[in-house]
Amino acid sequence: MTHRTPTRRGTSRTAGTRVLLARTGTALCLALTLGGCGSDSEPTATTDGRGEITFATGKDNTGQLQTLVDSWNSAHPDERVRMVELPEAADQVRQMLVQNAQIKSKSYDVVTLDAVWTAEFAARSWVVELPKDKFDPASFLAPALETGLYRDRLYAAPWLTGTGVLYYRTDLLAAAGIKEPPKTWAALADACAAVAKLPAGKGVACYAGQYDKYEGLTVNFSEAVQSAGGTVFDPAGKPQLTTPAVREGLSFLVDGFKQGRIPSKGITFKEEEGRREFQEGRLLFHRNWAYVYALASAADGSSKVNGRFDVAPLPGKDGLGSGTLGGNNLAVSAFSERQASARDFIAYVTSLETEREYAKKQSFPLSRAALYDDPEMLQRYPYLAVMKEAIGRAKPRPAAVRYGDVTAAIQDHVSAALTGQKSVDQATTDLQAALAALTG
Amino acid sequence: MTAYGGAGPLAGPARRVGQGRLAVALLSPTFAVLAVVIAFPIVAAVWDSLRVTTEGLNADGLVVQGERFGGLTNYTNLFSGAAGDRFRTALGNTTFFTVTTVAIETVLGLAMALLMHRAFRGRALFRAAVLVPWAIPTAISALLWRWIFATDGVANTILGRQVLWTADGIQAKFAVIIADTWKTAPFVALLVLAGLQVIPREVYEAASVDGATGVRRFFRITLPLVKPALLVAVMFRMMDALRMFDLPQVLVGAREPAVETLSQLAWDEATNLRYGPAAACATLLFGYIALAAYVFVRLLGADLVGDREARR
Repeated sequence: MTHRTPTRRGTSRTAGTRVLLARTGTALCLALTLGGCGSDSEPTATTDGRGEITFATGKDNTGQLQTLVDSWNSAHPDERVRMVELPEAADQVRQMLVQNAQIKSKSYDVVTLDAVWTAEFAARSWVVELPKDKFDPASFLAPALETGLYRDRLYAAPWLTGTGVLYYRTDLLAAAGIKEPPKTWAALADACAAVAKLPAGKGVACYAGQYDKYEGLTVNFSEAVQSAGGTVFDPAGKPQLTTPAVREGLSFLVDGFKQGRIPSKGITFKEEEGRREFQEGRLLFHRNWAYVYALASAADGSSKVNGRFDVAPLPGKDGLGSGTLGGNNLAVSAFSERQASARDFIAYVTSLETEREYAKKQSFPLSRAALYDDPEMLQRYPYLAVMKEAIGRAKPRPAAVRYGDVTAAIQDHVSAALTGQKSVDQATTDLQAALAALTG
Repeated sequence: MTAYGGAGPLAGPARRVGQGRLAVALLSPTFAVLAVVIAFPIVAAVWDSLRVTTEGLNADGLVVQGERFGGLTNYTNLFSGAAGDRFRTALGNTTFFTVTTVAIETVLGLAMALLMHRAFRGRALFRAAVLVPWAIPTAISALLWRWIFATDGVANTILGRQVLWTADGIQAKFAVIIADTWKTAPFVALLVLAGLQVIPREVYEAASVDGATGVRRFFRITLPLVKPALLVAVMFRMMDALRMFDLPQVLVGAREPAVETLSQLAWDEATNLRYGPAAACATLLFGYIALAAYVFVRLLGADLVGDREARR
């Protein structure tokens, strides 16, 4: 229960250099103090050098990343890559990268950025612009490429991607005589009503996504808004929350809770809570990411819906809806001295061949469009066709420099609406004001 | 430390000076380290809390930062507008948790200590079991309680109804209080037990001879004699509860108005790169804890470092 006091020491105000000492604990603080707290030097021409580099990425649960790095290393003995595994939780990774950037540390050359951090890291000059032609941008899935852009410049090469999809129970829909998954919210509600009348539908709730107060809520809210034809931010970056589409999107969630389509305990659901609920056979429809497919298909008895579910793109208000994009992109740290090697390594990891190798060994969807049409891949991962369609309809989450504040504001007001503390109108009006203040 | 720092029975003036020099020489490395790891961060935090950062975007969309001395701006901002509501809520939560958890833990801890003090079969086992919650890291026990308080967790199964413990609201406050009590009542119990064990048995025997009842013995003998130990335990708990962070953070989550404490608020501001407001909040919390400790020592006379014993 140690309380750590956040502190910071400005070393060179003209250069805007700032040193973050605190929160890394007193030991690090001491080390930094005695060691002169990093360097104050501005990036110079020598930053474009070559040599051994480090690749900072989130925890590699697949264990396959090292294989990719090894094969690069055997081909490039002079530019060997050392992989540094950061924590598993995204917000912890962000914290480490931010601290690293603030002390202008050279310890990471290639960094893995969550799809929503690009604007922040680019605007604060923590990562450098990448030459677009080096990465063959046209062959990326277009929405995935968009998550790496800031003001139309490429700052992070798309790597892992993915969007929310609708998991549904094929057995229950068939029993109710429904042939295909719902494309609209109305069809979804009808299907639920039909299944609820069946004996097999007893104890099965209709629908749930992620509604706990965390990043997942921002995702689910953005998806509801987009699926109603609205948008949280317009292309110029101005918040647009007072439109009818936004109110309809939020009402879909609020009414879902009020009318019992979404079970009341859904307010505590993150990805895993909802997944367990679906796997236990207690949900007819469930919005989640691709990773659920493998787990829900497990034949070892851990999943009660094994072989009795499928995936579809998310439904919307008047036709198919639109998901938000998740995923990880690769960027070159602005403080790296070996940016030429770093760029080459990113080009290698995100190349079609490497991605194909990687895709064979783990199920996270990757960024090159060609993989989604590859027959071998389709056979291995039958949901890829659905995923491609869903990604094609997906939009990135709001690209805001102060994304942390933006997502916090969205969570505050949307959560208040879901729990009935605020009306839909009140919540959208308040959120508009809050976001307008944040984006200036 | 004070008890041994003074002169021994043989000390003359010359010996005293020599010992003083030796003491300075031996202690200076400690003080140097303390200055770096305690004084420096505190001064740096206060300095930070007085600075204001302004941000804007240039034509390329890159952030341009300015920094200036802002006086007490960061502090006054904590009391105004939407940020003010959040700060007041956090201050209220911090105080509420401190008062309720410490009160409950004191009563429970005292009861547990009295129980452990009695001779009964399996007492050693009971004592060891009591230590377990205290031995588990707070973040881990918070995770444990999050499972218990999950919608289909143990708590709801026992209650037979669906309470959304980890969603916002009064039930989230209860969840934090329950989990904190479970974790730290043993700490109070063990400190109090140490105090109980130094009370001479003869005092009780004399009281029995004089015909005092059990209740009377408790209020006239046990409580006054165990008071020094109890006060130290309560004071430690109070300071610990005032800076509560990981339990609500893991059990319920960040930015939940029902449970957000001042530590969480400072952390959240810092992770969003607003170091000035974060430092201001942390500095106020530091002042709050220092004030609470001071008042506690003054009002109740908690004898923290054994000063009074040494002076006698």
